[in-house]
Amino acid sequence: MTRALYVKRSAPGITVQDLGRTGYLSYGVSRGGAADPLALAEGAALLGQDPKHAGIEMAAVGGVFEANEDMRIALTGATMHAKIDGKPLRWNASHVLPAGARLAIEAATNGNYGYLSVGGGLALPKIMGAQSAHLAAGIGGIVETGTALSVGPDSGKDVGWTLTPELRLEGGPVRVVPSLQTELFDSAEISRFEETVFKRDVRSNRMGARLAFDGPGFSSDSGLSILSEVIVPGDIQITGDGTPFVLLNECQTVGGYPRIGCVLPSDLPKVAQAPTAAPLRFKFVPLEQAVEIEARAGAARRALPDALAPLVRDPRKMSDLLAYQLISGVVSGV
Amino acid sequence: MDAPTIRTLGYDGLLITFGERLSDTSNRAALAFHETLVEAQLSGAVETSTSLVSVYLRFDPNHVSHANMRQTLSEMLASRDWCSAPPPEGRSLWRIPAAFGGDLGPQLAEASAMAGITEAAAVAALTRHPVRVQTIGFAPGMPYLGELPANWDLPRQTKLTAQVPRGGLCVAIRQLVLFPNPTPTGWRHIAQTRVNLFRPANDMPFLLKPGDEVKFEPVSPDELNAYEDDPMGGAICEALS
Repeated sequence: MTRALYVKRSAPGITVQDLGRTGYLSYGVSRGGAADPLALAEGAALLGQDPKHAGIEMAAVGGVFEANEDMRIALTGATMHAKIDGKPLRWNASHVLPAGARLAIEAATNGNYGYLSVGGGLALPKIMGAQSAHLAAGIGGIVETGTALSVGPDSGKDVGWTLTPELRLEGGPVRVVPSLQTELFDSAEISRFEETVFKRDVRSNRMGARLAFDGPGFSSDSGLSILSEVIVPGDIQITGDGTPFVLLNECQTVGGYPRIGCVLPSDLPKVAQAPTAAPLRFKFVPLEQAVEIEARAGAARRALPDALAPLVRDPRKMSDLLAYQLISGVVSGV
Repeated sequence: MDAPTIRTLGYDGLLITFGERLSDTSNRAALAFHETLVEAQLSGAVETSTSLVSVYLRFDPNHVSHANMRQTLSEMLASRDWCSAPPPEGRSLWRIPAAFGGDLGPQLAEASAMAGITEAAAVAALTRHPVRVQTIGFAPGMPYLGELPANWDLPRQTKLTAQVPRGGLCVAIRQLVLFPNPTPTGWRHIAQTRVNLFRPANDMPFLLKPGDEVKFEPVSPDELNAYEDDPMGGAICEALS
């Protein structure tokens, strides 16, 4: 094998992810892909490459990696402590992983899904048009300890960049548009839904986030016998006992539970990344506004390469040198 | 049948629905409209799919506005009578061995009682005639099969069953579903098959397609287990029409 990243120690939530696959929806396969696609885009920007490259997604717990050649890497998404041969690395930044060095990534200290991107991207054989593991569909799977992940050729050389990610690791307001059955919930239930502070339940995964909250379950006029209908990522299903589930990118393609609303794609990472103690509040926005919000989010994503800052600042260019803490290289990210 | 409706689904999708309730006519209309929509290759379209009675279109609303896309779809809808569309061509009849009741179908007793018949009568009723694949969805290659007689209009459970195994046959709302992978569900698990509905490494990863018919052949647990190593689980296919 030429260029490869060896997984010396894996964890139960480590998978290969890109932006997923389209075209199989009518056969029951949702697009899947990274739980926080923005984090993959940030990793790509830090490495100066296309956001379609596949990287490693680490749910809650990181792993230990070693490369057989010098490689460029970027660390994004949920904040995790990372070290190369014991030397701490800045999160949300690009670095060199020297051949044979040990990259150790610990458990997430904030957020759920951390990402390790590599220069040139992972180069696994595509299954149905993508490298993404789709756990619910049984495509690919958890990366096992001892796996050698093949890495594509890297035309870039630059490292030592950082960026300030859009805030999404601490819950907060989440914008939704009405979904198919929103009108089956009366206005009092809709108001209660907007006023309730939800928390992401630990019983959540790449398919969906179960929401915990105080108070009775949410109910609608639809009962339990509505016809199964097309589901999209972001849809908030109310299951039989009144519990909301926010469906994520790896969700099922149709479902029969009523949906109270649909989270905008640009706010979905906020749900996927919310720690269990972080408050989530939902707010309905009109469709026209939602289209504008997504257009702006798309523009911001494309402009990520312009938002980079050098990791190490040239002291000669720093006018207020004394204000900087020069010894501490450890910054735990956002 | 009522006139088709167009509703938004998410900020970037539209759902065209051919009936409030499932019927053979609205199911066929949805399948035929979907075929035409795929062939039309509309500007801005990203992805399409069908459900039992609807067609979904995901598009880029910053490329084509919702109003313009609705207009285009309305014109397509008006261009012909979708309810008189014939079933899709190239359909197959699949005979799939299934073991009902006991450990392999732990909710057969409960479901039969809800349908007002004995377990034996339920197995006879569900295996006498073929059921049709009305749509593929929820999970990869997973069929919704029907339509069952009116006494099978069972609501889903309020509590989810934690996991139904791969090949599990479940019932609710006058339909059967067959799971391609282990899945939590609100449908009642009445029988078990060994058929593999989804083979991601194959050129054609999906066994069934909408319009196909499936006849379940009742077998004993021992007979079913004999198919353990057979990826087809004993299923046999013949061409229809």
